[in-house]
Amino acid sequence: MSWLLALKAILMREALRFLGQKGRLVSALVRPLVWLFVFAAGFRAALGLSITPPYQTYITYEIYIVPGLVGMILLFNGMQSSLSLVYDREMGSMRLLLTAPLPRWWLLFCRLVAAALISVLQAYAFLVVAALYGIRFPPLGYVAALPAILLAAMMLAALGLFLSSMIRQLENFAGVMNFVIFPMFFLSSALYPLWKMAEASPRLRDLCQANPFTHAVELIRFALYGKGNLLALAVTAGAMLVFGALAVWGYDPARGLASRKA
Amino acid sequence: MAGLAVERITYDFRSKRALEDVTFTVEPGRFCALLGPNGAGKSTLFALLTRLFVARTGRIEIAGHDLSRAPLAALSRLGVVFQSSTLDLDLTVRRNLLYFAALHGISGREAERRTAEALDRLGMAERAAEKAGALNGGHRRRMEIARALIHRPSVLLLDEPTVGLDAASRAAITAHAHDLAGQGLTVLWATHLVDEVRAEDRLVVLHRGRVLADGAAGEIGGGDLTAAFLRMTGATA
Repeated sequence: MSWLLALKAILMREALRFLGQKGRLVSALVRPLVWLFVFAAGFRAALGLSITPPYQTYITYEIYIVPGLVGMILLFNGMQSSLSLVYDREMGSMRLLLTAPLPRWWLLFCRLVAAALISVLQAYAFLVVAALYGIRFPPLGYVAALPAILLAAMMLAALGLFLSSMIRQLENFAGVMNFVIFPMFFLSSALYPLWKMAEASPRLRDLCQANPFTHAVELIRFALYGKGNLLALAVTAGAMLVFGALAVWGYDPARGLASRKA
Repeated sequence: MAGLAVERITYDFRSKRALEDVTFTVEPGRFCALLGPNGAGKSTLFALLTRLFVARTGRIEIAGHDLSRAPLAALSRLGVVFQSSTLDLDLTVRRNLLYFAALHGISGREAERRTAEALDRLGMAERAAEKAGALNGGHRRRMEIARALIHRPSVLLLDEPTVGLDAASRAAITAHAHDLAGQGLTVLWATHLVDEVRAEDRLVVLHRGRVLADGAAGEIGGGDLTAAFLRMTGATA
């Protein structure tokens, strides 16, 4: 009972903070929308796309890029929520959370779910704008995508949580943005299909294939057409468990935090 | 049963020793000042007492619960006011208190009742709907103390709670913590300011990670605690 109460309180706190920061939703939407309206429009002519699953016909580049941009929202948000964890820790509210009489892994899990739900909200806001722009998916796809987007958001939030346990200062976090977000995003199937990447370099394609973010994007891409992708599901879920376990390890009072000052 | 017991705690940050063989106990209902200059190890000790860190050697007991064997029972008996503010400044005063209550398993009407009581005690009932960021430093501190008491702990830890406050707020908060001890709460008050310690308080002097003195403040000070403290820590006045 007290476990669920804590979950509810943490979700409520994150929701109130999110609503309190009015610029956050707008700035979360601006980034993918610029990519969609400007980058994708410019690249439509440059890139020819062949018919690969889940697509059954030729598609425009704008349609191809949307699941990747949903992934981008989740990726940035996962990292941003861990930025707020680092900031929280400096401000002290992470300490307050960790001294609650509940298992630490549960408290971290609650933070993870809260961060993921806010990501999902932003992802759907983006899908709505894309639909208004004319990029629509089958109605069932919007429903089927919910668990896929939630799982991907949890996986990326868990990665962010783990990184936050390893980072001492906000300054270092800017480095992580460059070393984590950009490679993860560009070495994935978010912007270009992997067969296209293989034409350029098979080695790069292999790197993309090994990137869990690729699988998160593919999971969302397939789900948006009401289809499943077992490999993508397995890799995304597996990565979430691994990152989650690393985060719990990172926040273990006897280990991770022990090596640095309060 | 001690209110708070610290036994033979040693703690290292990598190769640097932060605490060495720290031992002291605080009886239930006593006000104990943990006095030490900056860098003495007070914050490290607080991180261990609140289980943000875990020491490999030694033992900590809070209201009869061993912190490493029964961490959740021990933490549930503990109220903490950290040195840096832990309020959500974007959220209202009431929301801050309700959030904390929920983390300690208190919800619904009971949480509302305790929140209202806490604000009444502070004379801040009419400010419940204001954002915490709108409060001045003294009010924020008092609110953090009230929040730390919402789950009715047996032991209250305060880590330099008067830092950054003006003289009047400092005196008021120091008196408030002494009153709380008078009402049966075990209070551990970390400070580097000698004037916050009263002659009848229990006193533990910490310097470079070691306990230099442990006893009644009046006896340790011998009439002039400032001089005694400076002598012990090797500083010159």
